[in-house]
Amino acid sequence: MSLSILRPGLLTTVQDLGRFGYQQDGIIVSGTMDARALRVANLLVGNAENAAGVEITLLGPKIRFEADLLIALTGAHLSPTLDGRPVGQHRPVWVAAGTELAFGAPVAGSRAYLAVAGGVAVAPVLGSRSTYLRAGFGGLHGRALRSGDVIPCGAPTPVGRKLIAALATTAASQSWAQAAWTPGPALRPTPQPNPTIRAVAGPEYGEFMPETQCAFWTQPFTVTPEADRMGYRLQGLGLVRQTKGEMLSSAVTFGTVQVPAGGQPIVLMADHQTTGGYPRIAQVISADFSALAQVRLGQQLWFQEVSLYEAQALYLAQERALRALRRGIATVFGS
Amino acid sequence: MSPTPEPLPTLPASVRLFPLGDAAVVLEFGTSISPKTHCAIQAVRGYLTQQPFAGLRELVPAFTTLTLYYDPWQLSDNGRYPPYERVAALLRQLLPAALATAVSTEATLVEIPVCYGGAFGPDLAVVATHTGLSSEEVVARHSAPEYLVHLIGFAPGFPYLGGIDARLATPRRTQPRPLVPAGAVGIAGAQTGIYSLPTPGGWQLIGRTPLRLFNPEWPQPSRLQAGQHLRFVPISEAEFQQLQRHES
Repeated sequence: MSLSILRPGLLTTVQDLGRFGYQQDGIIVSGTMDARALRVANLLVGNAENAAGVEITLLGPKIRFEADLLIALTGAHLSPTLDGRPVGQHRPVWVAAGTELAFGAPVAGSRAYLAVAGGVAVAPVLGSRSTYLRAGFGGLHGRALRSGDVIPCGAPTPVGRKLIAALATTAASQSWAQAAWTPGPALRPTPQPNPTIRAVAGPEYGEFMPETQCAFWTQPFTVTPEADRMGYRLQGLGLVRQTKGEMLSSAVTFGTVQVPAGGQPIVLMADHQTTGGYPRIAQVISADFSALAQVRLGQQLWFQEVSLYEAQALYLAQERALRALRRGIATVFGS
Repeated sequence: MSPTPEPLPTLPASVRLFPLGDAAVVLEFGTSISPKTHCAIQAVRGYLTQQPFAGLRELVPAFTTLTLYYDPWQLSDNGRYPPYERVAALLRQLLPAALATAVSTEATLVEIPVCYGGAFGPDLAVVATHTGLSSEEVVARHSAPEYLVHLIGFAPGFPYLGGIDARLATPRRTQPRPLVPAGAVGIAGAQTGIYSLPTPGGWQLIGRTPLRLFNPEWPQPSRLQAGQHLRFVPISEAEFQQLQRHES
């Protein structure tokens, strides 16, 4: 069972939820930019949430399914079609061998996810299938997907097989069939342009001028073209520290907002380095990583301060929603 | 569970505990680089590596900090408690024992062979001119100390080293090179390090090691680890070639 890449799209990579345990070796976590979107896609095809899928950036690839497969598309709305007909996101879809997936106009958000029942089955490296582009390992040959690539898929789980059985019969003579149900709205939000991103104060927040602290939460920042899987360079009112002196490098993570000497912040994303030496003014909350991952170049974003207690309450609420979806699918399609 | 919970031990005065967002906590053992701070980091790191608590995802040591990444859901006991309070309480409880963990004073000494100068160290003359030393003296002073690996960061396997001879300090190149080969040994200000991957870079290159610092196929993918000691050993070009064949 496999997928063939007919056209690669802008930046299409194999990702799972990341490579943990090796940051002390300087090895970055990588993984999906929008983890919630991949987790939902995986649940919809009966996979473990951490199974590897395909991350698609803005201009989607063209992919042919080389076997009868169960798939799900989540994240950004990039006008997906199957054999030329629009297909719904956020639901299981059965496709017959030979069906072609393509994308059109990017309607909302930046990153879409394709999960296949059984998961993308490239060999794991250091416990993960995520692509580490700069070091050239993980994913498929450590690089973005290209035309002609053939991506292996694993075997569906028992839940995946039941979903397939339920959908394949409704396809009749069509090359694909989609489920009529989706998860609740909390797990399939439409990416909003110019979003408000919630954050907690960072470890060096107190080192910034009071006016800067105030401006940080009230002024918009524009996402500059220097924005990729490693981080987004933002442009806004200059942020000024009241203390001088170099900082000793310490850990940084997904969502860390660091401020180099020039005063324009950088928010770190999935391919963030493991340590950094710039003051950390804020830390985006985990529950808003998805919204952050879906921001587009040129859009504005606002930071809104929340307490750590709120941030963790939102984290737990998101986990509860994902667990409820998993239980729901297992109840209907489990053995 | 005892009916009357015992009060939590207070943190040792030298230790600060603070969150890095909603899924990480930082232990800071000092504000400047010192052997005492380094030993505290290694002690707690060793303790938590041997006895990780449920939900601990990974540890990242740095110059004065040890950052712990945790799974808030697991720490919340299935959504029942605020995770940060629980992880902070846990750390307060275990820190006295963790800090008392003996750190092996006989830290491993790793020798890194380096072919200095020539094509491998195109900036050796720059460093010599800047420092007013001869090229031979630069090599002698660079290969004399026992460096301490403070942390691995910036890139896979890239060591931040402490212990450089202050006389060797030389500013970075004004124009970074578009591509520095893996194994290049450089100086930037009062820092020295080894490029572990081919990357753009502005350090003054004084030599190159034939050893790989990083390989994702090794069980421990970085050759060097925080806490180790390191010495550079000058080698000839012939030895470099021989070792390189051996490495590949």
